Amino acid sequence: MNLLSIFVVIPVLMLAGLFLSRTRQQARVISATGASLLLVAAVVLGVLFAAERHAGNTAEMLFTASAQWFPAWNIGYSVGVDGISVLMILLSAIIVFTGIFTSWNIDPLPKEYFMWFCLLSTGVFGFFISLDLFTMFMFYEVALIPMYLLIGVWGSGKKEYAAMKLTLMLMAGSALLMLGILGIYFGSGATSMNIMEIAQSSIPMALQKFFFPLTFIGFGVLGALFPFHTWSPDGHASAPTAVSMLHAGVLMKLGGYGCFRVAMFLMPEAANELAWIFLILTGISVVYGAFSACVQKDLKYINAYSSVSHCGLVLFALLMMNTTAMTGAIMQMLSHGLMTALFFALIGMIYGRTHTRDIREMGGLMKIMPFLGVAYVIAGLASLGLPGLSGFVAEMNVFVGSFQHSDTFHRVLTLIAVTSIVITAVYILRVIGKILYGPVQNQAHLKLTDAVWFERLPVVVLIIAIASIGLYPGWIAEWIHQALAPIVESLTVAAL
Amino acid sequence: MDFSGFLMMRDEISLVALILILLLYDLFAPAKARKVFQPLACLLFVVQIVITLLPVSSLEAFGGMYQTTPAASLAKTLMSAGTLLVFLFSKKWIEEKHEIAQGEFYFLTLCTLLGMYFMVSAGHFLMFFIGIELASIPLSCLVSFSKKDGLSAEAGAKFILNAAFASGISLFGISLLYGGTGTLYFSDMPVALQGTPLQIAGMILFATGLFFKMSLIPYHSWTADVYQGAPTQVSAYLSVVSKTAAAVALFTIFIKVFGGMAASWRPVLYIIIILSITIANLFAIKQKNIKRFLAYSSISQAGYIVLGVVAASPQGLTGILYYMMVYMFANLAAFGVASLVERQCGNAEIASYNGLYKTNPWLSVLMMFAMFSLAGIPPFAGFFSKFFIFASAVQQGYYILVLIALLNTIISLFYYLLIVKAMFINPNESPLPRFRSDSYSRIAMVLCFFGIVLSGIVSFFYNKTNDMATESMEMCGLSRPKAVEETLDANPVPGQTLNTQGSTAMNATASWPSVLE
Repeated sequence: MNLLSIFVVIPVLMLAGLFLSRTRQQARVISATGASLLLVAAVVLGVLFAAERHAGNTAEMLFTASAQWFPAWNIGYSVGVDGISVLMILLSAIIVFTGIFTSWNIDPLPKEYFMWFCLLSTGVFGFFISLDLFTMFMFYEVALIPMYLLIGVWGSGKKEYAAMKLTLMLMAGSALLMLGILGIYFGSGATSMNIMEIAQSSIPMALQKFFFPLTFIGFGVLGALFPFHTWSPDGHASAPTAVSMLHAGVLMKLGGYGCFRVAMFLMPEAANELAWIFLILTGISVVYGAFSACVQKDLKYINAYSSVSHCGLVLFALLMMNTTAMTGAIMQMLSHGLMTALFFALIGMIYGRTHTRDIREMGGLMKIMPFLGVAYVIAGLASLGLPGLSGFVAEMNVFVGSFQHSDTFHRVLTLIAVTSIVITAVYILRVIGKILYGPVQNQAHLKLTDAVWFERLPVVVLIIAIASIGLYPGWIAEWIHQALAPIVESLTVAAL
Repeated sequence: MDFSGFLMMRDEISLVALILILLLYDLFAPAKARKVFQPLACLLFVVQIVITLLPVSSLEAFGGMYQTTPAASLAKTLMSAGTLLVFLFSKKWIEEKHEIAQGEFYFLTLCTLLGMYFMVSAGHFLMFFIGIELASIPLSCLVSFSKKDGLSAEAGAKFILNAAFASGISLFGISLLYGGTGTLYFSDMPVALQGTPLQIAGMILFATGLFFKMSLIPYHSWTADVYQGAPTQVSAYLSVVSKTAAAVALFTIFIKVFGGMAASWRPVLYIIIILSITIANLFAIKQKNIKRFLAYSSISQAGYIVLGVVAASPQGLTGILYYMMVYMFANLAAFGVASLVERQCGNAEIASYNGLYKTNPWLSVLMMFAMFSLAGIPPFAGFFSKFFIFASAVQQGYYILVLIALLNTIISLFYYLLIVKAMFINPNESPLPRFRSDSYSRIAMVLCFFGIVLSGIVSFFYNKTNDMATESMEMCGLSRPKAVEETLDANPVPGQTLNTQGSTAMNATASWPSVLE
């Protein structure tokens, strides 16, 4: 069996195992084992990938395999990874692993919860390994639908509204996407659904102009593209902790990944021509998201809007279409994925103790729960781009790359987007100052306890990952450079 | 005498034999033996299904009155399988409420099925008309099967009146066609069709009968009331088997007979699709009764199916057949669960589903899978069938139409999720208590369950359907009807070409034309 298929097989086996499990403990053990296996498999994949590259294998996609599925439409199950996919798989594995431990005490219906969680992971991994448009799209939708029940059943607050809004908006995006995919397939001459093969043929400009926006918006909805981001704050705020982690951490990356892998890579001419529209929209996402985060009072809403801002930056940088900015975009995906997962995990843990997420009702938590407090500060600093943590590397690349454009339009937009760094500092420091160092608001909070082992484990794993990207970004950048080369090349050729 | 013509009709002959056996058995078997009537009927029916599965080649019999193709045979298998599932779901209901009339139920249902067989296999308009009448009149008896129930009687009356009107209009259309062409044979008519207003009028009026059967808007007004009033099992039969026959017949006749007039009927179907999908979706949102809800959902599903007719290609035919297969599993599962819940709680309100997962997890999961499949969510089969039928329409250049259909899937997702929400999320102090369903229903549910889960992911089903459909189109010489070719040569409009060259794509340089332009 192909190495990559393992990433789909493990979650499916987990599903089967969970289905047979009888008790909460069994469900936990199965999920934890499966998630650990996934993490190990992802690390092994990373090592093997590095070894291949080191050995001088320069093929665009490694570990490829394909099998015919629906020959009438040239649909196959074809898989393969480049540096970016490997990084995304690593990210997903880390977040699934930490997510399982964060939901250790989920209630009610733990078995069902973990089953949906596994289905979601199946979709996520399947998406990142797929090279076939149809298979990719199928996994994309597989990842979306479990959100409805995960939020609807296990969420909090106005969960029914949020679940429905999120599902419908994302599915509407994927409806556009389906047409986009069919358009790409037929427009390219229809001999294959394989992305790498479609990239060889060119799609007529008239069709590109119609299908590029469809595809880009389709993926962009999941990447919190303004004005289609409104599902994000409600969805994230209502979702249970681990689901917020996985959703903000990984699922939103599906959007960004799809945008450059499908929309921009396959339709580079239209991407060049229409980029300005989406640059403006993503620029709005970046600044508007940051400003909105400043005025929120609910910790989850703050982080949700911050996600809108950061994910907007991902799309913003991708649309700048040069190697530096796009490298920054991929790093921002990783960085944001880890950091926001850490945030949501911590917020979940704090909420589990204080039973409030309102920042006005909390204070002095640093002294009460120092472990969580310190971790929160680290997450915050990563978010506002402190050197040494992942956020800095990403944002540095993004803004340096964006400013490389010599025309006024791009430079002005870059300047506007840069302000988000300052605004980010405002809302991050405001929260830290208030809830960690401020005066104690509620005497009952003084009796609260710090994190226990299954809470510390995910936090530590995430912090290590954030710091290692921040301290040693070189190897990641190299992988990304290599993977981006064909995409940037096709975009540059198209621009001429 | 040459018996090969009869041998080709083995699907019909085996069904007639089955009907006669059951009729005689019901009449003459001693009271004791009547107890095993239902198991026996189901068993024999399985044999009949196996017979329909035998491979056939495209042939004509009785001077072209009757014709069969692999695709038609597949459609018959699907209809029989759907009917069998309905029988399995009805066993308990018949036993409890209508034991005395068990023979009638099977006899009437199988008679309509025979009519549908003829609809699919007709080669002559009169033959077709006999089929559609045979499929309608016993159905009205079935709809009013619960004689003592006012709603059921009302539904029966509504159905027979509407059906009579539709048949009348259809017959009028046939007479206009006869007047305009001088023949009623499917094979002779294309040559005589020039697209005169009279012929177009005849065609549209004729199609009314089929639109009525598929309950497409604006021929849908009977649907919700009839589905609600009729016994749930009969509604299930109406929504699946009856639609399959009409959809396949619509495709066959529009391509084979009216293929040359594609430019006239495509705009009509274009509008009917948009209306059916959109209006039915909007109506479905507000429904409080599960049967009315499923009625509107089935109208919009019928709209999606017609996309395959508009595509008018082998892929379109595959799309229709495959869609019907997938839709059959999902819709019968939904109706099956609905009938069980209805029997248990005495009403068909969606509110009775609140909190169902706590007490009846299996039923809820099956219902959820059915809803997801109907909504087109992977990995369930509905996703694949939607994708392929949309692909076949996009292949012909119908971007805008498919976009509208896709946006409608979002609306439909909303109301399908409402059911899921009721079962899984809505709180309920006193949900329907746990109950055990009878073993026949359980067999049917297990079949539906595996159908929903496997018929998409396992590509065998689609690929096999595709082979059969492509073969039928080629064998009948339908892949490029003569008349169509002539029209095309005279008037090469992009996007209105009947592209049927296997997997050939649409002309890549074409922009996105629509027939409305």
